[in-house]
Formats: sequence, C-alpha cells, structure tokens
Amino acid sequence: MSGILSSSIGRKFAMAISALFLMIFLLQHFAINILSVFSPDTFNEVSHFMGTFWVIQYALQPVLIFGVVFHFVMGFVLEIKNTKARQIKYAVNNGGANSSWMSRNMIWSGLAILAFVVLHFIDFWIPEINIKYIQGDMSGMHNGEFRYFHELVEKFHNPLRVGAYCLAFVFLALHLLHGFESAFQSVGANNKYTKGLKNFSKIYAIGIPAGFIFIALFHHLNQIL
Amino acid sequence: MNLTLKIWRQKNANDKGKMVDYQISDVSPDMSFLEMLDVLNNQLIEKGDSPVAFDHDCREGICGMCSLYINGEAHGPDRRVTTCQLHMRMFKDGDTIHIEPFRAKAFPIIKDLVVDRSAFDRVQHAGGFISVNTSGNTQDANSIPISKHAADKAMDAATCIGCGACVASCKNSSAMLFVSAKVSQYALLPQGQVEATDRVLNMVQQMDDEGFGNCTNTGACEVECPKGISLENIARMNREYLSASFKG
Repeated sequence: MSGILSSSIGRKFAMAISALFLMIFLLQHFAINILSVFSPDTFNEVSHFMGTFWVIQYALQPVLIFGVVFHFVMGFVLEIKNTKARQIKYAVNNGGANSSWMSRNMIWSGLAILAFVVLHFIDFWIPEINIKYIQGDMSGMHNGEFRYFHELVEKFHNPLRVGAYCLAFVFLALHLLHGFESAFQSVGANNKYTKGLKNFSKIYAIGIPAGFIFIALFHHLNQIL
Repeated sequence: MNLTLKIWRQKNANDKGKMVDYQISDVSPDMSFLEMLDVLNNQLIEKGDSPVAFDHDCREGICGMCSLYINGEAHGPDRRVTTCQLHMRMFKDGDTIHIEPFRAKAFPIIKDLVVDRSAFDRVQHAGGFISVNTSGNTQDANSIPISKHAADKAMDAATCIGCGACVASCKNSSAMLFVSAKVSQYALLPQGQVEATDRVLNMVQQMDDEGFGNCTNTGACEVECPKGISLENIARMNREYLSASFKG
C-alpha cells in the first residue's frame, strides 16, 4: 500500500476516515456540552474528567489535533489539485442543475469552520493549556467550586460571540450535509444501506449543529431574560 | 425559432479562443442540436467564414463522440441523452444558447468545440480489458455461472460510451465515473477476477497521471451522464482500489 496517499482514491479515503473520526468527536463533544443544559454538576464532573484524565490529554488530544490539521491540510491540497484540473473555466456553468450547493462549496464552508476552530483554540484551548500545564493548576477549581460551567456560561454572554458561534454551526451543518454521506461513498460503502445512511447523515448534519446552537442560545437567553 | 448562439471559437490548440455571437433563424424544433449546428455551418460556409468544428459520428446516441457544454451543462439541458439526441424543442424562440467545449486540463482543445479525449483511451489501455486466449481454446462463456444480478450490474457499467460528460460536468474535472464504469464491468464478472488487482491500480494510476481532478462526490457526473452510469460504480472502484492497495 505504499504511496496510497499519492493517489486520488487514497486521498479521498484519508479525507473520509479523518472526517468520520471528527464526526465521532463532534458527537462526543455535543454529548458533554448538552449536559450543561440539564445538569451543571454533571457537566463540571465530566469536563474535569475530560480535562485531566491522562489518556484523553496525552493520547486522544494529540490524535484529535492531528485529525483536525490533517483534514484541513488535505482539503486544501485537494482543492488546489482540483482547481488545476480545469485551467479555463466555463463562461456559463449551471452547477445547480446537477449538484447541491453544499457539495460544490465544501472549501468555503470548510474555511468558515476553520476560522471558528482557530477562534475556539484561542478562546478555549490555549487558556486551558495555560491554566493546567503552565500555571500547573489541575484542580479545575475556582473560588472553591468547579470553574467549567461558569466559564461556559460566561462565554455565551456576549451576543456577538453567540451570533458568530451560531453562524459557524450553520456552516458546519452545510459542510456535514454533503460531507457525512460523501465519506461513506469514499470508503466504498454504497450498498443496500445507503438510503438509510443518507437519511441518518441528514439527521446528524442538522441535528448536531442545531443542538450546539440550542446550547449557546439557552445559556445566552438565561442570562438576559 | 430564432436563436442567438454564443459559441467558443478557437483556431487551434495554441490559440487563446473567445466566445463569438451568431444569429440563426428558422430553426425547426424537430432538429437535433447537431443538425442546427449543421445549418449554421452551411450559412457560415456560404458567407466564406470558417465553419464551427465539433465532434460527431453515429448521431444515434451510442458512439460517445459528440460532446458540447450547452447552457452550462454537458450535452445540454435534457437528461440521459447525448448532444446528437438533444432536440431544439428543448429551447424556446428567442433563446440565447451558450455552446462551449468540454473543459478539462486532460481534454485539451484541438479546435473550436473539438477536444482531445485520448486520455480516456490511455486509461482504458492501462487495464480496461481481459487477457483472453483466443487461439481456439477459449472457454464457452455459457459454462461460467454468473448471477443475473451481477450480469445486470456489469451490463449497466458497460453501457458507458466514454463521452467525457462526467469529466466536463465535474467541478474538479474528475474522471472517476468513467474509470469506475470500466473497472466495474470486469470486477463484477468472473472473467475479470484474474487481473482485478493490477487493473484497478493501473487504471487509477493512469487516470491520475492524465491530470484529472479528485472526486468529491458532488454527483454531477451521474446526473449528466447520458447513459445513467451510477455513483455506485465509484464506490465499487474505491473498494477495489483500497483492497488492491492493501494486497500490495
């Protein structure tokens, strides 16, 4: 299998595997975040576990970072190669007649998600690393109680931040509406289960981002109403 | 019908090319698109102008020779037809019709609307065949059991006429639908098994070497394919390729 990543199908396969991995991560992320709506205490405990358990911190976190970087880099590599494959564009091209907007604009929805991921890193990940590994405070406590829920609620106070957050998840939904079912096609899974998978992918693609938006609006509205 | 045609004119492979406007009148709705171009060319020749070069051969929708990107779609706005089977009744009196060649780096323009699709031939030569001994010892095909389901799927894949509409329609100029149809028609049959590993590896390698883009599963190729070749074939080729790659 040497050089599989240098072939068009190998690159598709790699994109699909990294995408499926990221979608599993997203589901797990959502499962934890939604706890903040129903039980702040449980959210605090799970967040503390995720933020301090060594397997997650030293094994899964690097894999996740690699997965994110790989997916974005490979996405750009494919976009550049695909642009080069047609050097003179059509004067008139009716893309809407044969394909969805989402499928034709994965690079743009992907760039919007990348912008969000960068902001999320600056906003959440870097301060976390600072507290835990530079200041050396692994307690997860602030003023005698867990800090995670309060930090999350605080982040959803500014309406501009909430608006940007919601917009990012709209782009994520658009990206997933094509990306989820596309990943299955890329790994060769087009069979009698395809129709069911397509329906499931639509539910996931809309449901998970909608859930994240709900969490953001829930905490925002709770603070202003 | 009176129509305005905006046609890509390019003297040769090195010419820059441009869209040129033509007016054509008294077009019958029963004409095929190519017959309409024939009429235009007669008018151009009578005026002493150079006729518009375009590919065509059987004009029965089976040879895969005609092409053209008409109003932003390969083979025009109709479905499951080649340009020779596209009729002028699909257009309205007074319409403006944009006519361009199939565009892809792997399909260089020869003249006007004629493109060089020999990249497909080279992909086919890389493995789109079975090595059958035809010296008199050939096994009777009927003695090899093949399920009806597999035979039907193989036949569906084999209906690909290699016109290149998939490449032209794909935003990435990917040739995956064509190559997957050629891989599938053998992968589904017992006769294709012996050379299956080399076939898919070599054909995909050749496809990549020709400069076609990467498939991103938009599905445009399947919609525009005049023979309705299914995306299922691309998934099958992906499976075949990945399996062949891991075998080494």
